[in-house]
Amino acid sequence: MLARPKLILPLAAITAMLTALVAFAAPEQIVAASAPQATSAVPAAIAVKKSVSTADHSKFKELQKNFKTGPEVTEACLLCHTEAAKQVQHTKHWTWESKDPKTGQVRGKKNIINNYCTSPISNEKDCMACHAGYGWKDSTFDFSVEKNVDCLVCHDNTGTYRKLPGFAGHPVYERIEFPAKSGKFVEAVDLQKAAQSIGMPTRTNCGACHFFGAGANGAKHGDLDSSLQHPGKYLDVHMNEKGLNFSCTQCHATSSHEVSGSRYNTSAAMTGPAHIRGKADASPAACQSCHSDKPHSAKHALLNQHTDKLACQTCHIPEYARNDIGTELSWDWSKATTMGPDGKPFARKDSAGRRAFDSKKGEWVWESYVIPEYRWFNGTSTYKVIGDKIDPTHTVQLNVVGGGPNDPDSRIWPTKVHRGKQPYDVENKYLTVQHTAGEDDTALWHNYDWQKAIGTGMKAANLPYSGKYDFVNTELTWPITHMVAPKEDALSCVLCHSKNGRLKDIQGVYMPARDGKHWLDVIGWTLALLSLLASLIHGGIRIYSSKKEG
Amino acid sequence: MAAEKIYVFKRFERFWHWSQALIIISMLITGFEVHGSYKLFGFEHAVGYHTVLAWSLVTLWIFAIFWHITTGEWKQYIPTTDKVVAIMRFYSVGIFKGEHHPYRPTQLKKHNPLQRIAYLGVLLLIGPLLWLTGWFYLFYGDWAAWGVSGFLSLEWVAFFHTVGAFLMLTFLISHIYLATTGHTPTAHIKAMITGWDEVD
Repeated sequence: MLARPKLILPLAAITAMLTALVAFAAPEQIVAASAPQATSAVPAAIAVKKSVSTADHSKFKELQKNFKTGPEVTEACLLCHTEAAKQVQHTKHWTWESKDPKTGQVRGKKNIINNYCTSPISNEKDCMACHAGYGWKDSTFDFSVEKNVDCLVCHDNTGTYRKLPGFAGHPVYERIEFPAKSGKFVEAVDLQKAAQSIGMPTRTNCGACHFFGAGANGAKHGDLDSSLQHPGKYLDVHMNEKGLNFSCTQCHATSSHEVSGSRYNTSAAMTGPAHIRGKADASPAACQSCHSDKPHSAKHALLNQHTDKLACQTCHIPEYARNDIGTELSWDWSKATTMGPDGKPFARKDSAGRRAFDSKKGEWVWESYVIPEYRWFNGTSTYKVIGDKIDPTHTVQLNVVGGGPNDPDSRIWPTKVHRGKQPYDVENKYLTVQHTAGEDDTALWHNYDWQKAIGTGMKAANLPYSGKYDFVNTELTWPITHMVAPKEDALSCVLCHSKNGRLKDIQGVYMPARDGKHWLDVIGWTLALLSLLASLIHGGIRIYSSKKEG
Repeated sequence: MAAEKIYVFKRFERFWHWSQALIIISMLITGFEVHGSYKLFGFEHAVGYHTVLAWSLVTLWIFAIFWHITTGEWKQYIPTTDKVVAIMRFYSVGIFKGEHHPYRPTQLKKHNPLQRIAYLGVLLLIGPLLWLTGWFYLFYGDWAAWGVSGFLSLEWVAFFHTVGAFLMLTFLISHIYLATTGHTPTAHIKAMITGWDEVD
C-alpha cells in the first residue's frame, strides 16, 4: 500500500482545480452584458420636489384672470403655446382613435367595443370626463376647435382640477351635489389657481383617468391603480417614492404631446443596446430603451439568453394588482337590471369593499395579486370594432394579440384577460352599443330597460338593430407592463421550468424541465434499468456459483 | 497463488479517473433535474451546478488529452479483436466457474479488448455527443451570432444531450458492476486507487 498516501495529492488537486474553475469559468460565458447603470442614480431634478421650469405661470399676466370656463383657460394657454392644441388634436387623448400602422385598422375607444363599459357612444356626457377636451357630448362634436382642448386635465399641478361624469368633459363650475342625492358635494373648480399651477403631468394627472378606468379604482388595467400614487419598492421599483420616484412621463417620454408607449402599438420585442441621449427614440417606454436587451449582470448571464423569447415583464411582474385594491377579472352585464326583493335596484360589495353587484351594471369578480395569463405577443392586436361580425356560439375575442413562436418580433408577455358577458344583436350578429349613462327614459341606468338602451345606443352608432338581443361571453386581452417588482421578487426559474409551470400552455418554445420527448425518457430509463438488472443477475449468479464451489 | 504486482495506472490517470467520475455522477444528478425528471436542488441551483461542473470537465479533459498525447497512452484505446471471443466467453460462462480471465494486462496493454471498445465508445461517441450538444445548450444566446440559429433547435440539441446522458448512465452502471469482476471483487477498484494491479 505504498501508493495510498499519494492519494492526498490528487484529492487536493481536485479541490484546487474545482475552486479555480468556478473562479475563471464563469466569466467565459458572459455575453457582453453592459447593463446601463444610469437608472440607479437619481438625477437631482427628480429626487427634489421642486419645479425645474424656467417659467412661473403664476406670474403671467394672461393667467391673472377670473376664468369662467375651461375653454377660456385654453385660449389663454394658446396665446403663448401656439401649437399646443394642434399637437394634442393629433393624439389619441383627443381623437380616441388609433390607426394600426401595419393593418390599417382604426381602433381606439371611439371604434372598439370592450367588455368593461363597452362603448362611449351615446354615453359621451359621462365618458368624456376622461377626454382631454371640453364638450364632446354626442357625434356632433367638432374636433377642430382648439379652445376645446383641455390643457388643465394633464397639466394642473394643484391636484384640485377634477372632471365628473355627466358634464361632457367640463369640470364643475358651480358647487354641486355629486352623486345626485348623495348628500356629498363637489366644490367649483378654481380655474385661475389651476391655470397658474401649470407643470409637467404628475401621477395625479395621469392617474385620474388611467387608475380609475371602467369606473372604479384598479378595475380596468390591474397594473394601474391609485396605489401607484405613493408606491413602495415592493409595488413598483421605478415609481418607489423613497427610491427612483419616476413620474409616468419618465418612461412615457413625450414629444409634441404624443405620449409614447401604447397598448395599441406596443414595442413588444425591442433588441439592441440601451438608448443614449440625443438619439431618436422610437419607443422610450420600452424597458430595453434604458436596460438594453441584455440587462443582466455577469453573475446572471444565463438570464440574458431568455430575452429572445420573453418580455422583461414576464419575469419582472410576478403578479399584477399587488395590493388590496385589486382588479376586475370579469364583468357580467347580463345580471344588470336584476332588482332586489323589494323590486328596487340595489348594489352589493365584496368582502374587500369592492363593487360586486349593481342593478345598473351587473356583476363583477375582483382579484388581488393576480397571476397573469401568458401569450405570444408582437405588439399588435386586432380588435373587434363596432359592427364587426361575431360568432356567438363561442367566446368572442374582443382583441386577438398578434404574434407567435415563429415570429422574431414576438415575445411571451404577461397579460390580463378580462372576461365579460355583454349584449349582442342576435340577428345581425354583432356586439351592441348601449345607452347606459344619462337621465333620459332610454338610459339603462335610469330605466333598467335593455331594449330601449340598445335601441338608442345603436341609433347613435348608426348601426341597424334587429330588436333581438342576447348576451355573449367575451374576452379582452391586455399586456401587463406596470408594477415592475424589485429584482429580488422576479419569478424564480422553477415557476416556469417545471411540468405544470406558468408557461405550461405556451407553445413553440423548448423549455428544459417542462419539455422533452416522453418516449426518449421511457427508452433511456429502461436501458439504464436493464443494465442494472443485468449487473444484478450476473452478480447474483457469481455469488451463487462461488458459494457452490467454495 | 503467487500474485505479481504491476503498476498500471499512473498518478495523473488515477486523478483523471476519479475526478471525472465525481464530475460525471454529479452532472447526471443535476442534469436529470434540469431535464425535469425529479426535484432535488431546485431547478436554478441544478442549472448552476451543472454549468460549473461542465466547465470543470472541459478543463479536466484538456489536461487529459494533453496527457494522453504526450505520454502516448492514447494507444491503449486502439481497438483490437484479439481474444475477444475468449473474453466474451469468460464473462458469460467462465467467470461463474472460477476460471481465470483470459487477458493478462501489462503496462503497455492495460485494457482488455472489450474495455478498449467500451472506453473508446465513451471517449469518441458518448463524450463528444454530450459536450457538443452541451456546448450549444450553454451558448444558446450566441447562436444568432454564430449563424447557427437557422438550423439548430434547442429541442433537438436538448434531445441529443439527453440521449448522451442516458448512454452515459447506462455505461456508468455497467462500468461500476464490471469493476467488481476482478479476481477479487475489489481488485480492480484497488488498482484504480493505488495504481498497482495484482496479476495472477
